Amino acid sequence: MKRLLFILPIIAFAGLAAFLGFGLTQDPKELPSQLIDRPLPEFALPGIEDGGGPGFASASFKGEPRLLNIWASWCAACPQEHPVLTQIAREGFPVYGIAWKDKPQDSREWLARYGNPYAAVAADQQGRTAIDLGVTGVPETFIVDKKGRVRFKQIGPISPEVWEGQIKPLMQQLRAEA
Amino acid sequence: MKRAFLALALMLATPAAAVLPDEMLPDAAQEARARAISKDLRCVVCQNQSIDDSDAPLARDLRLLVREQIAKGKSDADVRDYVVQRYGNFVLLKPPVEGDTLLLWAGPFAILLLGAAGLIAWQRRAPVATPDSAPLSEAERAELDRLAGPHN
Repeated sequence: MKRLLFILPIIAFAGLAAFLGFGLTQDPKELPSQLIDRPLPEFALPGIEDGGGPGFASASFKGEPRLLNIWASWCAACPQEHPVLTQIAREGFPVYGIAWKDKPQDSREWLARYGNPYAAVAADQQGRTAIDLGVTGVPETFIVDKKGRVRFKQIGPISPEVWEGQIKPLMQQLRAEA
Repeated sequence: MKRAFLALALMLATPAAAVLPDEMLPDAAQEARARAISKDLRCVVCQNQSIDDSDAPLARDLRLLVREQIAKGKSDADVRDYVVQRYGNFVLLKPPVEGDTLLLWAGPFAILLLGAAGLIAWQRRAPVATPDSAPLSEAERAELDRLAGPHN
């Protein structure tokens, strides 16, 4: 009994150290999305062509699961994600892009340089739609199901591993959903 | 004198806010409310600053949004809810007392109570009986006197 009392603080310390140690492995930048299983917030954004042009609206996110990618020409990690998005589009999954706080001309030049994997691109120059989406940085990607609900949010670039291991299976599952 | 002045100046110095004049609301009372709300909202880019402190572009967007909502006549609580709906409780620098934050709020007090309980239990323990509490024998008293040296 007495020996147990002596060991107790050590056990308590080990427990606390393990708890805090686990905390160190968590990335504080990855905030859980408030939108999971909720409908995509409403927006209707112009395109990136001169004078606006057709972009897309949240209302069009119905009927088939899609990826909604937030990016910008000034974003450092976006070129790294770009080949993966291109691959995703090539595999037949529709990717929609919102250029966040970006000049349409810069967005156009970026796409001309790297290639355009997007089914459609819209410009959110004010960043207001991004706030409605709870965006904290670029790139971020939302997976929207057939009913227009957000089902998953990727913070940071989609790596080939994340695509193959997590997002692609989810997209296939969402396609199979009624 | 110079030193006193310097010390005074240092005491009067306050951290610079990131709010730019072009963001401010014309109504001073509304602006004061916006400042108070902004001080409680976390900048999601540079996470240990409030949006009132942060120079990040997203913090500016949120400051403008807070002011826009206030100008629309929303209450302080409405404005906070508006941001929380989008970014979650995490944006509140002071998280609300709720089911999943209970551990956060009650934890320190629980540990304090546990410690106090332990201390009381330890204090109340029966005093350890001394093995031999009989008065000193004559021989022991003499030995003690010898060791203590001659009395005055």
